[in-house]
Amino acid sequence: MEQLALIVLNSLVYGLLLFMLSVGLTLIFGMMGVLNLAHASFYMLGAFLAYTVSIRLGFWAALVVVPVLVGGVGAVVERYGLRTVHKHGHVAELLFTFGLAYIIGEIVPLVWGRNPVPYRVPPELDFALFQIGANAYPAYRLFMMGVAIAMFLALFLALARTRLGLVVRAALTHPDMVGMLGHDVPKVFTLVFGAGCALAGLAGVIAGNAYTTEPGMARSLGAIVFAVVVMGGLGSIWGALIASLLIGFVQVGSISLDLPLGAVLTRLGVSIPSVMPDLWSISIARVAPVVPYLLLVLVLAVRPRGLMGTRSA
Amino acid sequence: MLAPAQVIVARPRAGSALRSMLPWVLVAALALVMPHVVPGGFGLSLLCRMGIAIVFALSFNMLLGQGGMLDFGHAVFLGLGGFLAMHFMRLADAGWWLPLPLLPLAGAVGGLLAAIAAGWIATRRAGTAFAMITLGVAELVVAIVLLLPGTFGGEEGLSGDRSSGPRVLGFDFGTQLQAYHLIAAWAWGCALLMWLYTRTPLGRLANAVRDNAERVGFLGYNPARIRWLVFALSGLFAGVAGGLAALNDEIVTSGNMGPDASGGVLLMTFIGGIGTFWGPVVGAILITFLSVALSTVTDAWQLYSGLLFVAMVVWAPGGLSGIILAHAPLVRAGRLGRVVPGYLVCLPGLVLAVAGTVGLAELAFRLQAVRNGASPRPVFGIAVDPGSLLPWLVALALLLAGALLLRRTAPPARAAWQEASVASTAP
Repeated sequence: MEQLALIVLNSLVYGLLLFMLSVGLTLIFGMMGVLNLAHASFYMLGAFLAYTVSIRLGFWAALVVVPVLVGGVGAVVERYGLRTVHKHGHVAELLFTFGLAYIIGEIVPLVWGRNPVPYRVPPELDFALFQIGANAYPAYRLFMMGVAIAMFLALFLALARTRLGLVVRAALTHPDMVGMLGHDVPKVFTLVFGAGCALAGLAGVIAGNAYTTEPGMARSLGAIVFAVVVMGGLGSIWGALIASLLIGFVQVGSISLDLPLGAVLTRLGVSIPSVMPDLWSISIARVAPVVPYLLLVLVLAVRPRGLMGTRSA
Repeated sequence: MLAPAQVIVARPRAGSALRSMLPWVLVAALALVMPHVVPGGFGLSLLCRMGIAIVFALSFNMLLGQGGMLDFGHAVFLGLGGFLAMHFMRLADAGWWLPLPLLPLAGAVGGLLAAIAAGWIATRRAGTAFAMITLGVAELVVAIVLLLPGTFGGEEGLSGDRSSGPRVLGFDFGTQLQAYHLIAAWAWGCALLMWLYTRTPLGRLANAVRDNAERVGFLGYNPARIRWLVFALSGLFAGVAGGLAALNDEIVTSGNMGPDASGGVLLMTFIGGIGTFWGPVVGAILITFLSVALSTVTDAWQLYSGLLFVAMVVWAPGGLSGIILAHAPLVRAGRLGRVVPGYLVCLPGLVLAVAGTVGLAELAFRLQAVRNGASPRPVFGIAVDPGSLLPWLVALALLLAGALLLRRTAPPARAAWQEASVASTAP
């Protein structure tokens, strides 16, 4: 029972983190039709910048400064890079963001080295909040959850209640019409791209110290974020939330299941084929990382609209 | 889509078949001469890498340039082809009668089967969705390969001995020179087949699906079926490249098929140019050469190739071959002299901007080295202290000055080119 509570809490934290990353990506795709392959790179940039800023000014300054910095970089990239290639079509945009991810992936080890950096949880939050069975639950995890929920509420209110949010929502479905009505749609694009990158940067600030801050973090999370966005339905915030939590549970939950595949099949009453013996001895925990990619491929092939999307990818 | 179709549709004329074969004869002669021109075993292994990269990049461009399909996981087919070829090589090691020169055929079968399976899902869609499916399939395959150490050797991969098979015409392919001749022969043959493919109805239909899939559908063809066929053929040639890599390296690992390898072939193909048949060849030769030549000088060469790639995407989507092609009519009309002054005026700005960028990257790397306790190597032959502010300011000033100069000098140069090319192509 304690084990279950721990799994639920951990997967909730992980799922909300995935949501912070995917909400920016899904908004950007929904509005501009651009799949930003560099989105997870902005998350990585956020974590590394937070490390540097937190050494000099402390964690709380980093929490404020770094998302602004990363958002600024994102806005500049959109204004001077993406907008230039836009006229060459979607494949050119994909190539551009691919190249951007490649460059950020090379700059980060150039500046911060190839090994993980010692980015630590701030001492104010570095204590055990409560005990679950034999395990102490760190307060920082709860703080992460709080930031993610606060961000979701702020974003939801901004989209639902402000004039700018109205324009953004309208531009999600009818960008041409919004432009006809006299709104500066390119400027809205830059804003949304920058805001999406800022959210990815914020996710980097609060997750970099809870997990590890290392140059491979963008790659390991990038494809999972695509899986979330595609599953949830491109452009759908609610879909991104549901898919994030779902994949969070699948990932975290299955890590604690240390059963071989074959044993699961036998328990289900299926006899194990004699081909490929090493396949059936793999434990569920090791299969877990594969699941998001499997979902990505299956959803794109079978239901391109995803869970909540209105348009296909 | 990306670059205007540059495929020249020529009606076959008398003698044109012979004339179009002339470059192939020249290339074959060049491939035979090269090992005697480049120095030593190092140059020879570089030539082998180039041959493999050429086949791989050409197979990639069957999708991106000729079919409009952006494949983010193309190295999967190279890797799976390589693994199948490696299994056959190990069978030869175990005493089976399997002549080595036919080993790439096993790679072809592996690549073809994998591409048929992956293409069945991926090619139903085009554009961004296709790219995302290939991304997912690539991650999936690499993860599965690592999960099955019995079949794929886990992290260490599989290795074999290429010289243990039966002798063919007295060759055992133990030496690098014999392996080079084998690779060169296969690369030449595959390149020729891929070129001939562009002239088949299927090759033409792939161009049509790239440009306007809906219209192809109205003509009675199934665009998704055409994409699938092209995808399978492309996987076949990528598998040949994998088989060649297996017999060149005598080892195949999951790293051969990972995202780095897939990204690498995209970079070299695009930098070479996707609008022409020979563009990927240029890119494969250039990037393979740079990866070896620059990696001995700087640790940031991958950053530079990435920057070059993004610069190409933004300013020269036709790649190097596109740039060359854009000047071919000027050369024929004898008007190249009109654009050269403009280009020369641009040169200082370009040099400054590149020097500034390189300076910043090298300083960042040296700062890293100093932190780890090493003494920094000089930048451009100048001893600098990366911990002080001055060299950073100089590099930044160079970059800004270069960018500002280019903003001034580039538009007139472009205008001069446009004027000259319009005048050259007008009857």
